[in-house]
Amino acid sequence: MTATATRPAPAPPTWNPLSLWYSDGWTTTKRNLIKIKRTPDMLVFAVIQPIMFVLLFSQVYGGAISVQGTDYVQFLMAGIFAQTVVFGSTFSGSAMAQDLKDGIIDRFRSLPMSSSAVLVGRTNGDLVLNTISMIIMMATGFLVGWRVNSSVGEFFAGLGLLLLFSYAFSWVMALLGMSVRSPEVINNASFIILFPITFISNAFVPIETLPDPLRVFAELNPVSALVQAARELFGNEGSAPVPDVWTLQNPVLTVLIGVVVLLVVFVPLCIRKFASISSR
Amino acid sequence: MTIIEASGLTKTYKSKTGPVHALAGLDLTVPRGTVKAILGPNGAGKTTVVKILTTLIRPDTGTAVVDGINVLDDPKAVRSIIGVSGQYAAVDENLTGFENLEMVGRLYHLGGAASRRRAQELIDLFELTAAGNRPVKGFSGGMRRRIDLAGALVFNPKILFLDEPTTGLDPRSRMALWGVINKLVDDGTTVLLTTQYLEEADQLADSIAVIDYGKVIAEGTSDELKAQIGGHRVVIALVDAADANAAREVLARYGAGEPQVSSDGRGIDVAVTDGPPALQHVLADLRTAGIELHDAGMRRPTLDDVFLKLTGHKADMAAGENEDEKMEKVK
Repeated sequence: MTATATRPAPAPPTWNPLSLWYSDGWTTTKRNLIKIKRTPDMLVFAVIQPIMFVLLFSQVYGGAISVQGTDYVQFLMAGIFAQTVVFGSTFSGSAMAQDLKDGIIDRFRSLPMSSSAVLVGRTNGDLVLNTISMIIMMATGFLVGWRVNSSVGEFFAGLGLLLLFSYAFSWVMALLGMSVRSPEVINNASFIILFPITFISNAFVPIETLPDPLRVFAELNPVSALVQAARELFGNEGSAPVPDVWTLQNPVLTVLIGVVVLLVVFVPLCIRKFASISSR
Repeated sequence: MTIIEASGLTKTYKSKTGPVHALAGLDLTVPRGTVKAILGPNGAGKTTVVKILTTLIRPDTGTAVVDGINVLDDPKAVRSIIGVSGQYAAVDENLTGFENLEMVGRLYHLGGAASRRRAQELIDLFELTAAGNRPVKGFSGGMRRRIDLAGALVFNPKILFLDEPTTGLDPRSRMALWGVINKLVDDGTTVLLTTQYLEEADQLADSIAVIDYGKVIAEGTSDELKAQIGGHRVVIALVDAADANAAREVLARYGAGEPQVSSDGRGIDVAVTDGPPALQHVLADLRTAGIELHDAGMRRPTLDDVFLKLTGHKADMAAGENEDEKMEKVK
């Protein structure tokens, strides 16, 4: 082993803070994209699970659940999209916990990089993963008879809204991951939270079929607003009356406000948390 | 000429069994361009010192200045002049060795071309050329360790922090790493390393700080520390452990301190002030007493002896609980 004495030049002074932030964010995003490429089981989970949900729900419950003014497959798809983006955000939590466990967070924190770059890379990577899931799911839905009955613009608005929500929710899970510090606990704990908020909603059944306490919860549930927004933008809402709750009467606006609130609260909390964590 | 100056560092972790004082008023100075070893058993606070100096955690009280920069005021400025290799290999399993190092280079803002060039140099330097383009997932512990160490060298740092750098390395890699460290020091890098291996501190460091229970209990060159416990030691190995008491008395007669008997009762050694004559006397008396020997000789004191003398316990015995467990409980 012979040591080399070359001393690489330090950062060129022309780099301004914004381009440093961009460069660091891109470097860490690339890291996560490589991970998606090299971890087939993760990709399989992200692809197979949505296909399974679409087929199971549409074929198993399709005959039993009736929805006014449309068939169940049309009604169901927006619900499954919402469920998938919410569940997909847990990757951010378990991945942050895993990075902490592996000690690579210490490596990042000892580098002169932007303090938000690791989180930016994390949530960007998961956005890509969720986008892949979404495309696969839409294709599967199309095969079982799902159709978009709106304009191209509305379709992309719906897709964008779902992904935006998943992105914002990734920051919530990232904070959870850094606080809990165990990937296993994150995976188990998040399901305890995510199952109720996705199932006690309008995702799989019309909200008016629920018993009273659950109906109230479902009406106020932000996931219901997300589902309602996607349903309307994809033109799948049928003719059933929408519950007379502001959030469901104005679902798109509700989701946008929700996304902004989540980001404004959780991005700074995540960055603050990141600045003080260390492995073991 | 001081490049690292820490004073009065304290850090207390909460644990189920009460507070654990990882650092209890630690002072440390490192002259520019030298190698300082922090030597201590598990749980002595070695990792905590390194984490504070490398901006990963904040001390409860005390100050730390690295190359004129206050670690607490401007951590980012500190990060741009240091290289760190922690106790556990901090590498991304899914990236190749090359990609790991290239990523670190980019995060030091070296730019793409320079990052790739440096990554390849380090891959070759650490003899990972054949495996460099395979994901780290398939690497052995020693190979991961070398990638992690290379990560600390991507940006030839002013100060290199190495927390137990040779743990998990085979002897060949250990020698290689020592070579790299010596070369860096020749080029003007300051190195702060922690170790449980007395031999390592002895080989590498210009100066050694012995720490125990979060405090520096002795400091100096290896020779200075050894001088603290006298010159030579006379060592004998008995054929029959039944002779231990008689032999012990003989050694006590010529020794400068209490003779130490090994756990199997057959090895005894004692510090002496005048080496060769003491050995001659010991051998003559043992012969007169009819005690049979396997082996007998004289040796210079090791840092193990220093540690035993200073702390009352052996260096390889945990001072308290393991540092990992301590951190575990903080969560």
